[in-house]
Amino acid sequence: MGTGVSVDWKILMREIDVKIITENIKEMCISVNHRLSDDMEEAMRGAAKKESCGRGREVLDILCKNLEVAGQEQIPICQDTGMAVVFLETGQDVHLTGGDLTEAVNEGVRQGYEEGYLRKSVVSDPVIRDNTGDNTPAVIHTEIVPGDRVKITLAPKGFGSENMSRIHMLKPADGIEGIKEAVLRTVKEAGPNACPPFVVGVGIGGDFEKCAILAKKALLRKVGEKNADRPEYVGALERELLEEINKTGIGPAGLGGDTTALGVNIEVFPTHIAGLPVAVSICCHVNRHETRVL
Amino acid sequence: MQTVFIMKKRLEVPFDREELIKLKAGDTVVLSGTLLVARDAAHKRFFEALQKGEELPVSLDGDTIYYMGPTPARPGKVTGSAGPTTAGRMDKYTPRLLDMGLCAMIGKGRRSEEVCEAMVRNKAVYFAAVGGAGAYLSKCITASEVVAYEDLGPEAVRRLTVEDFPVIVVADAAGGRLY
Repeated sequence: MGTGVSVDWKILMREIDVKIITENIKEMCISVNHRLSDDMEEAMRGAAKKESCGRGREVLDILCKNLEVAGQEQIPICQDTGMAVVFLETGQDVHLTGGDLTEAVNEGVRQGYEEGYLRKSVVSDPVIRDNTGDNTPAVIHTEIVPGDRVKITLAPKGFGSENMSRIHMLKPADGIEGIKEAVLRTVKEAGPNACPPFVVGVGIGGDFEKCAILAKKALLRKVGEKNADRPEYVGALERELLEEINKTGIGPAGLGGDTTALGVNIEVFPTHIAGLPVAVSICCHVNRHETRVL
Repeated sequence: MQTVFIMKKRLEVPFDREELIKLKAGDTVVLSGTLLVARDAAHKRFFEALQKGEELPVSLDGDTIYYMGPTPARPGKVTGSAGPTTAGRMDKYTPRLLDMGLCAMIGKGRRSEEVCEAMVRNKAVYFAAVGGAGAYLSKCITASEVVAYEDLGPEAVRRLTVEDFPVIVVADAAGGRLY
């Protein structure tokens, strides 16, 4: 800025080669499609023990067995190995080197889906619908955060449940009752189409797209995890919604029972004086995600 | 493979129509024999071919379609993960296929009124397999062959041989429905 002082930014910035990001994405694509996180697996096994409906219990037993077969024989848990959703939190003191970040992420997806014998489920255009053949591009959400680390979260999303996710632009007067009604209606509509038992991610506040991203991010939290940073009503709302959802009787695979959801995770964000956006991200029981920090 | 379902009935596929129409919504059945596999893109092509008055590359008469798109098979394996996909996306094309003799479908989720009416008219049955159990269900598949539209990759039409493949009747030939 005309001060005559030159700064060697390389001393201040941590350098990370994007090839490391490619490698990690590749490994995560393969691992998340064959093994669920411990909290998800425990939730499934716990539900199988508690389910009171005979048919629902049979379905949950099959789903638990499915997880065993997938892990032991390296067969993907579900044939819909999803569209790769990638959340990248990049520290503002990181300098990414060695190439284009988006291309590095896509290359990781390309290699992971090929080497992992995963299904290529992405079409190049929503109307023309030619399969891209390598499951790219990924949906990438980047965020710049303080620090010198890169946090990568991969969450491949199947579309049986994605198709049943909804955004409701409620009025402030609808309040918490309106939120409950919107979530329950969405879950009932999803029913047997979206492979229950679900994990239900809810984003409340922000604007149209912010609440959708919050809802999807909510799926990344452990099922049943408490979050002390949030307003008190959130935890109570999560518990109440879970109870109400499990009273619908939809049950595992929609064949009846009291295990319709394994968890309800809510994220909130400030919003406009005129609005109350609520997004409901329905995820099937194959709630796949992994996070790595570089 | 040993199935967890407490099974009531074993049936051969392609179905004996007499046996098929006896099934009631809620019955659990294990299937052995051969099935056709087709999902969105293949249905669209079937439909477009019929609109143009062309013949389909496979006969559907008396056959069963499993709505599914598998993961690629690992070397030496018959198939990859192979669970059902949501049936409702095929609703637009299904009544026409039922009228051509398609007698059963396997998928998951709800069907439209038009499909249910066409099922009753043609004495067809819609079954659900357990959604999201693709690894488990793949163990019931003993052979898989692409028979049409190979260029569609995971959406190609396949012929599967299955053994003790577990399903449940969601909509029966008399109009009875589980959901």
